[in-house]
Amino acid sequence: MTRRGKGKLELDPAVVRKARSLARKAGKPIVTLAKTHTTVSVERAVLRLAGLSGADPEGEPWVNHVVDAVRQDVGLEHGVALPVWHAMASGDYADLTKLAQRAAAGSVIFHAPEGRDATRARSASRKAAAAGLRKIDNNRKTRDRFTKKYGDPPKPWIYLIVATGDIYEDMPQAQAAAREGADIVAVIRSTGQSLLDFVPEGPTREGYAGTYATQENFRLMRSALDDVSAELGRYVRLTNYASGLCMPEIATLAGLERLDMMLNDSMYGILFRDINPIRTFVDQRFSRQIHARAGIIINTGEDNYLTTADGVEAAHTVTVSQLLNEFFGKEAGLTDDQLGLGHAFEINPTVPESFRLELAHALLARELFPNAPLKWMPPTKHMTGDVFGGYLLNGFFNLVGSMTDQDILLVGMLTEAVHTPWLSDRDLALQNVRYVMESTRGLAEDFVPAHDGFIVQRSHQVLGEAIDLLERIVDDQLLNAIADGTFGLMKRPADAGRGLDGVAKHSSSYYNPASELLDEYFADAKGHAR
Amino acid sequence: MSKHLESHIIRPYGDATGDGQVQVSFTLPVAHDKRAEGAALQLAAKMGLEPAMVVHAKQMGPHFTFFVVYGRCSHLVDLDKVVVMEREFPLLAPKEVSAAVKRSLRRPLVVIGACIGTDAHTVGIDAILNIKGWAGEKGLEAYSDLEVHNLGAQVSVPDLVEHAQNLKADAVLVSQVVTQREAHLHNVTQMSAAFREAYPAGTTPVLIVGGPRFDESAAAELGVDRIFVKGTTPGEVASYLAHRLCATPAGPRRPSANKKAKQKTKRAGVR
Repeated sequence: MTRRGKGKLELDPAVVRKARSLARKAGKPIVTLAKTHTTVSVERAVLRLAGLSGADPEGEPWVNHVVDAVRQDVGLEHGVALPVWHAMASGDYADLTKLAQRAAAGSVIFHAPEGRDATRARSASRKAAAAGLRKIDNNRKTRDRFTKKYGDPPKPWIYLIVATGDIYEDMPQAQAAAREGADIVAVIRSTGQSLLDFVPEGPTREGYAGTYATQENFRLMRSALDDVSAELGRYVRLTNYASGLCMPEIATLAGLERLDMMLNDSMYGILFRDINPIRTFVDQRFSRQIHARAGIIINTGEDNYLTTADGVEAAHTVTVSQLLNEFFGKEAGLTDDQLGLGHAFEINPTVPESFRLELAHALLARELFPNAPLKWMPPTKHMTGDVFGGYLLNGFFNLVGSMTDQDILLVGMLTEAVHTPWLSDRDLALQNVRYVMESTRGLAEDFVPAHDGFIVQRSHQVLGEAIDLLERIVDDQLLNAIADGTFGLMKRPADAGRGLDGVAKHSSSYYNPASELLDEYFADAKGHAR
Repeated sequence: MSKHLESHIIRPYGDATGDGQVQVSFTLPVAHDKRAEGAALQLAAKMGLEPAMVVHAKQMGPHFTFFVVYGRCSHLVDLDKVVVMEREFPLLAPKEVSAAVKRSLRRPLVVIGACIGTDAHTVGIDAILNIKGWAGEKGLEAYSDLEVHNLGAQVSVPDLVEHAQNLKADAVLVSQVVTQREAHLHNVTQMSAAFREAYPAGTTPVLIVGGPRFDESAAAELGVDRIFVKGTTPGEVASYLAHRLCATPAGPRRPSANKKAKQKTKRAGVR
């Protein structure tokens, strides 16, 4: 593969190493923080992994009932595993659901077990969590089998969005999108789901500007796409969102229902949803460990920085975020081929030489992360309702994608900023993609920017600015930098934001069987790699 | 141009005055054949396009066809009968809003926002308040002299009033997106009544509501100061706040344009 060879931008390997080492330095204290705290959502994810699903007649999930009850009786700081499996051993419950129902009725008192009781609870919880991880492993194997059986589409993968609010409408629409050429179908979530501190249950038919992420919706959609994959002879991937207050639970459900890609950014929730930074980082590490285990490709959200800030001035913040996402992702066990780092075509088209700047930025991402399946996002900020101009802009976006070998191409709609895509919008958009990709096939091979020319210099400048910013972040500590408004001007202090009350520091007796199993697995994987 | 204004009766312009030429595109739920093209022409005629010409037809999947149609539109427009609601305040750039706040208040202008009632859809309030903004404009959080508190979804009216008092809010923004049985009207009426009850007369914060189901001209009826409808940008809300709460900003007041052009954050240069 040509792009994996000698770089076109002549990036100095020492400078690239420096950028990575700064990202590591900036991220390390956060990892320590994540390893020493838990959240209500991490604990609920453990129960989901152990097989507890369903909700009471009011729709409150059983996992919420159990975690709330444990928290009330013994606190969150020991984790829920020992109190829950101790209760299972001491009482007469057929399964976790029975326990949850009794706990919801207030007739279970949880204790933090000690001594032999603790040992017994520990081993029972470990067994239950291991069963969940086995399901996730089997799903990963099934995906591998299907990509062989049905065929894995060539890159770039064409990414289309479906969002009707009704899962039973979404399914035929997703199948239609796949028939029209989508390699990846993303089901946008209902507005506001990221701020719900529970995962809704069952199939849902009402959502606003999107469809709720639920385990049953995941299952239904994956099964619809399996049918169409068989029909088309190519494996169509399914994407959803592991973000917001229930990130670890949604990641777990994604693993259990064989979703293929998940939106999962390190700082998006903090900056754009005002979710507490510690909550986010703790939830994120667990969710990424699950994604790593499940073979899920994460999609990071760097495009969002450019929708708030200027595409030229803030170009380096994209690079910084990509480097941080890479560090956090790899620390959690994700491999290069699971890092769908994001970037976007968002420079104001009236800026002189904007196309060359886009090329420089896109190529920089390509060369910094040669083995990552980069996600290239279309223009949104400068789409105005002039659908004709927008169509041209999307053509240029596709062209940059082709010239810089992007892997995941989110298809830009000419009616962006007007309405959710119509059937004809999607068809026109796909014609645009097809024309550009077919007519420029292999152009990346011919496209070699001039030695020390505009594109090369610009890329070096952006990388330099990224290093400067990373140095400031390292000096200031990442949490302080976030509090001070370093990113996108948003000030998000560590002691504020949504979901903070669901965070607890581990006690000395904290136990989480899922984390233990995941840590062991990745330690093993690293051992083998050496 | 002047010719059109003189006559006050106009029709679409292709390349000659009075030719009435219009271009439309649409999809019909039929496969592409001669009958489908005939159907497109029939629809065009009913839209007032006659004669019309199907210049492009493309089948999409087994059951749909996309058409591009050109035709002569038989309808006339009487400019004298065009009614628009003019914006009563000038559009300001973020810097101008900040300058106006600094000059007249000498402290940050405090804005609180919320979705009230059972509405959990923060898309509207977030589009206006969150720094990420909407339609290419940053939200009010990005304005240096606005202090923004977004209380989020499903805030009760008493909580909203209490927060407004504690934070000494200058303005309260309430969003209602999803509504049933006119709940949005009921909620807003209740909200404005609660503010009038809790504050001495004439000291209530500026009350602003927004949402796709409101009628822009119903502010007085609902007891609020301003209603913003679908398509409102953060810049418009910020400009309104400056207009209402700060002394008239310096600089020439431009008469608002006769069409609602998409204003970007930067004020368009005066020609």
